[in-house]
Amino acid sequence: MSDHSITVPIGPQHPALKEPAGFMLQVSGEKITGVSIRLGYNHRGIEKACEDRSYIQDIYLIERICGICSHSHSTAFIQAVEEIAGLQVPPRAQYIRTLVAELERLHSHLLWLGVAGHEIGFDTLLMYTWRDRESVLDLLADLTGNRVNYGINTIGGVRRDIDPAKIENILKIVDAVEERTKYYINLATEETTLIQRLSGVGALSKEDALRLGAVGPTARASGVARDVRRDDPYISYGELDFKVCTSDQCDVYGRTVVRLLELMESFSIIRQVCAKMPDGPVSVKAPRKVPAGEALSRYEAPRGEDVHYVRANGTDRPERVKVRAPTLANLQSVAKMLEDRYLADTPIIIAAIDPCFSCTDRMIVTDERSGSTRGMCWDELRRHGIEWYRARGIDTTRIKLALP
Amino acid sequence: MAQILFHIFIFPGILFLLVMSFLIEFIDRKLHARLQNRVGPPWFQPLADFIKLLGKEVVITDEADVTIFRVMPLVALTAAVTAFFYIPLWGTEAIYSFNGDLIVVLYLLTLPTLSFFLGGWYSRSVYSAIGATRALTQLFAYEVPLLLSVLASALLAGTWSLSELTRFYDAHPGWWLFNLVGFVVALIALLGKLEKVPFDIPEAETEIVAGYLTEYSGSLYAFIRLALNVEMIVGSALLAAVFFPWGLSCGPLAGFAFFILKLLVIMALITLLRSALARLRIDQMIQFCWKYVSTLAFAQVIATLIFKGVFVK
Repeated sequence: MSDHSITVPIGPQHPALKEPAGFMLQVSGEKITGVSIRLGYNHRGIEKACEDRSYIQDIYLIERICGICSHSHSTAFIQAVEEIAGLQVPPRAQYIRTLVAELERLHSHLLWLGVAGHEIGFDTLLMYTWRDRESVLDLLADLTGNRVNYGINTIGGVRRDIDPAKIENILKIVDAVEERTKYYINLATEETTLIQRLSGVGALSKEDALRLGAVGPTARASGVARDVRRDDPYISYGELDFKVCTSDQCDVYGRTVVRLLELMESFSIIRQVCAKMPDGPVSVKAPRKVPAGEALSRYEAPRGEDVHYVRANGTDRPERVKVRAPTLANLQSVAKMLEDRYLADTPIIIAAIDPCFSCTDRMIVTDERSGSTRGMCWDELRRHGIEWYRARGIDTTRIKLALP
Repeated sequence: MAQILFHIFIFPGILFLLVMSFLIEFIDRKLHARLQNRVGPPWFQPLADFIKLLGKEVVITDEADVTIFRVMPLVALTAAVTAFFYIPLWGTEAIYSFNGDLIVVLYLLTLPTLSFFLGGWYSRSVYSAIGATRALTQLFAYEVPLLLSVLASALLAGTWSLSELTRFYDAHPGWWLFNLVGFVVALIALLGKLEKVPFDIPEAETEIVAGYLTEYSGSLYAFIRLALNVEMIVGSALLAAVFFPWGLSCGPLAGFAFFILKLLVIMALITLLRSALARLRIDQMIQFCWKYVSTLAFAQVIATLIFKGVFVK
């Protein structure tokens, strides 16, 4: 059989992937016999770009790391900066951050459910969940002014306050989305073709999840009760009451169930936040220059633990910013999950970690001959890009933009 | 001679099937969209797509076998159109009929799958090769239940001719109800034949891009889509003729209206199923077809034999 194995490229461009990433599958018949994963197609040099910008500018750049968990990244970054600067963020601002964070989790998990449906050829589920997600996005636009990159965070607090009318609107929409979520929970427990395609697929035992460092719903579906919101409470999670949802299914079905149950927890968290919302200011004045120091910040993004490291040197610009997006932590498990599975399971297994490759891609130059690794500075990277294209006959420096 | 040409090119041949295939595709897409809470395309969208595809460049890969790659879409289309002549549309008599045409229709309906397999295989793309293999694997799973369920209906009528079969059920009103289990089996098998969800495994978009269709573009792709639509019409028409053979002796116009109605009902069932289900894996599909669908088909054949042996004599 192994003589007849062929290599099937899933990516960098492939309908199963929403962003470029390369999965080379060795396939024998329909069985997968080997996997190699290649990342880096979406490297944008954001970490390096942060060093050239002020902290305030960085918030908006960091927010654009991801189009889904934008609030996660900006909050994680701001927490680190606030810790170095020793700022006391007012409780009302923390509650508003929590509110936006949980609304973000709602739309992210609904989005995932739709994508999962699409990957297994169940497009009706995609259309339904994305319609419901739309109302959450509208709600976020109502609260923050934007649907995706909310821009509500600022160093020392949030940029917008919310009034009782908006809270009423939130509770109304949350009720409606909760009804729909209950319907999806029913669907996930009753629809035969859905269960057949999901259960037993992409198995990841608890030991493997721990060994490979899985995070977020991927780890929780393998019975690892890890959640930064509970283990290391940040913003106002310490004052709220919620469960960490886990499952012992250890497969894609478990990951679906965990995400659906987390949606139910998010509804409860949003209601608590709306009820407990303290009065007071929404921000404190932050200094333009941040004193020297370093901080590591953890944040439970919808996809798992997001880690930001910031080092300040006393100027208005950070000396180093490092982002570890949850997808990077989960990718090691994907290779394990794909072992001995069918080719048809590949899209849903990859999708089940809710990958976000553009968040993940970082660059480091590796010289294979000497084995040395080094980073590139911003100017060097820019020059390399210009020369790379020039060698191929494209000179971007000579393009004149016809501005009106 | 003129009549034969009229039959081949105008009605019920190529022109009629062309119009019908656009209409059927529109109804399928619109209904699918409405079930998914979408707006759906306007009525002329299938025609617009067809014209657009005809105007697009045909790209053929260097490694592909050009002749087979080019010819196969037309073979599929021709086979599907030919099968249509043997199916009674508005009365109890098809345009052409002989004893055994039922088998010929089933055979002609298998040809598109085989030609897609060859076209996909010779386009030398990894995705096409996997899709083509899957199409053939799937063929072995649905072809047997389809044949058995049609056989059950033919056994009861005691004929291999579609025209005689409809005449028999026309003379024995209500007997078609006996074959309803067979209809369910045939509908499931037809989903496999037409590669619709949950059996769209050979062209599973998220796994193998478009399966055997991956390398097809331009007019060749347009003809493949047309062939698939015609296959859908002919398959549904066959099911209508074999399992719903009623309302055929009340004049050609009423009979034709009934035929369209039956076609639409079968189409709507297919669309409903493809909106409500997820795609199965190939191993699950084969297991499902052999374990449950074939058993059901056998049960129908045995029930028919007993019924015939005990009551008809």
